[in-house]
Amino acid sequence: MKVVLENLTRIFPNRTKGGEDVVAVNGFSFEIPDGKLVGLLGPSGCGKSTTLYMICGLQKPSGGKIFFGEDDVTDLPPEHRGVGLVFQNYALYPHMTVKQNILYPLQNLKGEDKLSKEEMLKRTVEVAKLVQIDNLLDRKPSELSGGQQQRVAIARALVKMPRVLLLDEPLSNLDARLRLQTREEIRRIQQETGITTIFVTHDQEEAMSISDMIVVMKLGVVQQIGKPQNVYDDPANLFVAKFLGTPPINVFEGEVRGGMLFVGGDPILAVRNVPDQKVIVGIRPEGFILDERGPMHCHINGVEVMGRDVSVVATNEASVNPVVRSIISSENNVDTSTGIIRYSIKPNKLFLFDHETEERIPFEV
Amino acid sequence: MVESKKQWKAWLYLAPALVLLAIFTVWPIINTVRMAFLENYSGLKAAGGATFQFGIGNFKKVLEYKKFVNCLKTTSLLCVATVPISTLLALLISVALNSIKPLQKLLQTIFFLPYVTNSIAIGMVFAAMFNIVGSFHGTQNELIATAGIVNNVIEFFGGTAVNWINSGSSYAANITVMIIYIVWNALPFKILILLGGLQSINKQYYDAAKVDGSTRSRILWRITVPLLSPMLAYVIITGFIGGFKEYTSIVGIFGATMGPPDDGGRLNTMVGFIYDALSTNSQGRASAAALILFGIILVVTLINLSVSKKNTHY
Repeated sequence: MKVVLENLTRIFPNRTKGGEDVVAVNGFSFEIPDGKLVGLLGPSGCGKSTTLYMICGLQKPSGGKIFFGEDDVTDLPPEHRGVGLVFQNYALYPHMTVKQNILYPLQNLKGEDKLSKEEMLKRTVEVAKLVQIDNLLDRKPSELSGGQQQRVAIARALVKMPRVLLLDEPLSNLDARLRLQTREEIRRIQQETGITTIFVTHDQEEAMSISDMIVVMKLGVVQQIGKPQNVYDDPANLFVAKFLGTPPINVFEGEVRGGMLFVGGDPILAVRNVPDQKVIVGIRPEGFILDERGPMHCHINGVEVMGRDVSVVATNEASVNPVVRSIISSENNVDTSTGIIRYSIKPNKLFLFDHETEERIPFEV
Repeated sequence: MVESKKQWKAWLYLAPALVLLAIFTVWPIINTVRMAFLENYSGLKAAGGATFQFGIGNFKKVLEYKKFVNCLKTTSLLCVATVPISTLLALLISVALNSIKPLQKLLQTIFFLPYVTNSIAIGMVFAAMFNIVGSFHGTQNELIATAGIVNNVIEFFGGTAVNWINSGSSYAANITVMIIYIVWNALPFKILILLGGLQSINKQYYDAAKVDGSTRSRILWRITVPLLSPMLAYVIITGFIGGFKEYTSIVGIFGATMGPPDDGGRLNTMVGFIYDALSTNSQGRASAAALILFGIILVVTLINLSVSKKNTHY
């Protein structure tokens, strides 16, 4: 089932007199293709959860429309939309066993959708097997670990075979190791069921690792939509570039003069087709190449060994952040004796942004 | 662990409370038990220096009293009728109160008012509401004039006035009035507790239930009531305990006669029986009755606890 959002807007009116209304989501238009896993990504307060709740039906949009396939569901209450929602803290009913929790949505079905007891039980066991909790059916939620509760919540959302599965910060309550495991699990379940899935996260790594598409949001406005790798490689603006990637992108003040990009006085890259102007330069940590004769120089602070790679922490007078972090292969020997480190730059890991609008400036090498 | 050196200090700080408890709670309880087992114990005789034999004569006498059995019946009837009704009503009212936003605070205050009002005063108001002032004529005792709001309302809708509490009223009518009064009087405390419980339930359960397609009544019975069960257990248990101690409500409506003027004592309760025994200087009998009442409350509470243990989710 494809999900179409048309100019979706949500405004929270201001409670105090004379204050401004808060626009949580502003003109969100997007078509989510059938059977895809889409991550809504952004810092807290960017409207991603509001968007999710509007798709779910728990919140009413102030404007715009939502379609599931060809059906306009904008005014439908959640129970008639055919959505399954997994809450951030799971919201499992504490007084019911796992089995009763999963059965509950089925027992609510009415009319011709009504199932026989055997059918309900069969589907409960099926979905429990899918999320691998079929051995825990008689436990209470309080007797489960966080990861198991998460699976129960997914099972409860899936059992009535929703048209769309919605996950609100599905991994935020899990520890680092479980998070890795669970995100794979979510991916597997999504692919096995083929249900269009939308999930919300503030963790870019999480979003990039499992989504077919990501939507980056900021202050209620969609910044960029695309495949994770494309968004990473080709950010639309400084915000998106900064938001994606760990360690984060290094940002410098720079200037283009006569087709050459200068950062801190160093002419680091020839950029054609860019008129002379002040710019903001973003360089991904993996965009630095150790090069004794490289054009860019930094003052070295130290080297952090991370196993496969080393992270060189340095400073540069033009840097916006306190330190410049580069990731280089540990096979290189970093000479810290001079206190200066020189790099050449991979052109495809460097982005130019307008100094005022922070929009991307394309360039040719 | 408190060091033993400092323990005497702890006891010292506790001492004032312990002394008061010992004098006004522990000793009276012990003394009640003692008096209950002293045959024909009476304050007057005791003052005269008489000695009493130990025995269970007081209990025998109390249980043989027809009056006592009557009191037990009335008390149990009021308990069994009012606790479920008031709990259910309190549940529905608090759920309704919790779901509205405007005027919630005002309505909350209104519902709480009976709690801070003197129950004798409320009883007098109720007595006035259910009163009949009028005269009967002829042999059929036909009523020719009524007063009292309740009967006025009944007559307005074409019914016939009922003699609720005056001379000649029926036991059923009396009990009905008492049930209405006790339920109304018990509501505020229950609403307060249940509303507090409701407000502490995580709203996400309701969002989840909505997404799961629950109807309102299913949400109430499958989500709200189980999540509220600790509070429900509490109000039911305290309701029963309070119910077995019913006394002032009846005095409030019927006065010290504990019944309609022509049949005083008809609505007497266990506590009323104890007071009566005390006023006739039968402390032994009163103590025995008090112990019996204690035993009944204990058993009922234990049953309540064991039932609620199975059905409560903390």
